[in-house]
Amino acid sequence: MAYAAELNSDHDHAIPTGWRRYVYSTNHKDIGMMYLWFALFAGIVGGLLSVAMRLELQEPGIQYFNGLAQLIQGASPETAMDVGKHLYNVFVTAHGLIMIFFMVMPALIGGFANWFVPIMIGAPDMAFPRMNNVSFWLLPAAFLLLICSMFVEGPSGANGVGGGWTIYPPLSTTGQPGPAMDFAILGLHIAGASSILGAINFITTIFNMRAPGMTLHRMPLFAWSVLVTAFLLLLSLPVLAGAITMLLTDRNFGTSFFSPAGGGDPILFQHLFWFFGHPEVYILILPAFGIISHIVSTFSKKPIFGYLGMAYAMVAIGAVGFVVWAHHMFNSGLSLATQQFFVAATMVIAVPTGVKIFSWIATMWGGSIDFKAPMVWAVGFIFLFTVGGVTGVVLANAGVDRTLHGTYYVIAHFHYVLSLGAVFAVFAGWYYWFPKMTGYVIPNWIGIVHFWISFIGANILFFPQHFLGLAGMPRRYVDYPDSYAYWNKISSYGSYIFAFGIVFFICGVVYTYRRKELAGNNPWGEGATTLEWTLTSPPPYHQFETLPRITGSDH
Amino acid sequence: MRSIKQIKQDRWLAFGLVSVFIVMLSISFASARLYEMFCKATGYGGTTQVASASSKALGQRNIRVRFDANVAPGLPWKFEPEKSEIEVKLGETVEVYYTIRNTSAQDATGIATYNVQPDMMGSFFNKIQCFCFTEQTLKAGETRTETVVFFVDPAMEKDKHTDLIQSMTLSYTFATVKSPNKSPSKSLAELGKSSKTD
Repeated sequence: MAYAAELNSDHDHAIPTGWRRYVYSTNHKDIGMMYLWFALFAGIVGGLLSVAMRLELQEPGIQYFNGLAQLIQGASPETAMDVGKHLYNVFVTAHGLIMIFFMVMPALIGGFANWFVPIMIGAPDMAFPRMNNVSFWLLPAAFLLLICSMFVEGPSGANGVGGGWTIYPPLSTTGQPGPAMDFAILGLHIAGASSILGAINFITTIFNMRAPGMTLHRMPLFAWSVLVTAFLLLLSLPVLAGAITMLLTDRNFGTSFFSPAGGGDPILFQHLFWFFGHPEVYILILPAFGIISHIVSTFSKKPIFGYLGMAYAMVAIGAVGFVVWAHHMFNSGLSLATQQFFVAATMVIAVPTGVKIFSWIATMWGGSIDFKAPMVWAVGFIFLFTVGGVTGVVLANAGVDRTLHGTYYVIAHFHYVLSLGAVFAVFAGWYYWFPKMTGYVIPNWIGIVHFWISFIGANILFFPQHFLGLAGMPRRYVDYPDSYAYWNKISSYGSYIFAFGIVFFICGVVYTYRRKELAGNNPWGEGATTLEWTLTSPPPYHQFETLPRITGSDH
Repeated sequence: MRSIKQIKQDRWLAFGLVSVFIVMLSISFASARLYEMFCKATGYGGTTQVASASSKALGQRNIRVRFDANVAPGLPWKFEPEKSEIEVKLGETVEVYYTIRNTSAQDATGIATYNVQPDMMGSFFNKIQCFCFTEQTLKAGETRTETVVFFVDPAMEKDKHTDLIQSMTLSYTFATVKSPNKSPSKSLAELGKSSKTD
């Protein structure tokens, strides 16, 4: 009976309208759209936090956060300075958590993958549409809990969680006894549950719902990237869930998993956290790799170079990504032999990553390249991601990391791969698929101008941070000695330029929606070969009433 | 439209993936125990070995053993070793003393943890008797002397990682026990705790 009901549920009904269409939605395209808008909103919140941080760091001394502490947290003038210092760390923590869990992941996995994985493999929808709805709606709840944590007591006398996104004990246990950390932990639990459900849905969809003839080895690379990402989520997120649950019981129920006084070990948390945390960074970047492959191929009007190599490079990155976690812990007293292993394993990841970079270049080689906005963003991604990758290889050396650990060099490194990498790929994907998702043409000049503002802004923002890190400036401090003033000022200017780029982007999107120039089925021409370009723009509410039959081997 | 068979396949696959989730979650909880077993077996992270009898063999050379004593914030105790360092022959069984004194006007309960540095000496440091991981209650002003009996395994001379080490440190830290002998969630507390057999 249940089966029969489900079989009949997805045809012969009117398209729901109004709030019901979204709140009750089981449609992968509507849910994908909600994910994208949510990611944009969360990205603005996280971005504003980072601009506030850069504003404070523009000059040595504490100028703004003491006032902000009085304004937001009602601190008295005597305590304002101390509360302000904590508030800065609250901003650091929230910026990290929001950008990872509520911006990049929802945009790439929830947004683009929900939209295009079913279409690319020729499926009518996701395997479990209702679970897809649950995945999305857990996310605003998680976000709300995280925001709540900023307004309840963390350490005594100040509000919010200030332990960084890594929430190491003992700072996250005895260091901040107030409920703020509990709110943040529950927020992470719910965001994790959302991602796990999403991962199960993607794996089932990709394994069971491919159209006739769509073998795994004919599957587009974006679908491959999401498949690998979903497995990484499924294997790594439970470990985070376990670790933060132990943190919760250590805080509230008297256990001592991480407390040496009861025989526990705080280093255990670091191992568990990074066993999740390292695959997590590949979760953020692999879907970006998939998007870039499509864009480079489309605008070079050539099939992607080394398709199988590209697919299995992602599998290799995912697999090796599980055995490199302790390179985040070179300063935690690992034995020499352990460090040797993790240095070597980390270096090995550069090999499949190199395969991908060179294959993108080889795809462009000899192609008839059309520098439309998505392609400009994609080329920008390849260049900047490579810069971040190179500093990653530098940091992989335990001996070098001994001094660079916890400095701005690390900040520069992971923002080059994530902010200038993953985020550039989000924008590349946005400009690439916007006509397909909405049916409207986004004027090319908007994407190009936005790119140059962002490219210049982001490089001015993050490149000087290499110098600061090499000079020894540590992360997560509200203040710094005068000798670091020059490059901090430059870096802050870059932040404002990048933020202006986001304002320009939003204006561009509003303009595009008002302009309503229709895109047609395939605005990108002969290079765009994947299945989404065979449908109307936007695609029908239910696509593939008759399943497409895939015969060629063109990816 | 999809057949009932296909939808059943979806459910079986989802069921399998949920099991993967449960397995990974269980491993993360078991990791506390696994990590502890691993540390005990290998001496990783400065975990010392527990011995029931003295070493059978004596080594060739001496090693300097330093003693370090700490009290975590919140415990009003004075805690110090009788001697700050001694020189022992490898394999020789020695007995050293620490004194703890409650300097406050209230009774207090503490518990000691320990480790050795450098980490790689953990697997060669053998305790026969020690006061760690047992709750100690001191009345106001009370002083107590605690004994540690240990030897350093002569096998360290043969290990290329440790054969050049001239000195090592044994470090104890006393921390407050807030609610002695009762914990709100006993089973969970036991899960996270190190074994108290030594």
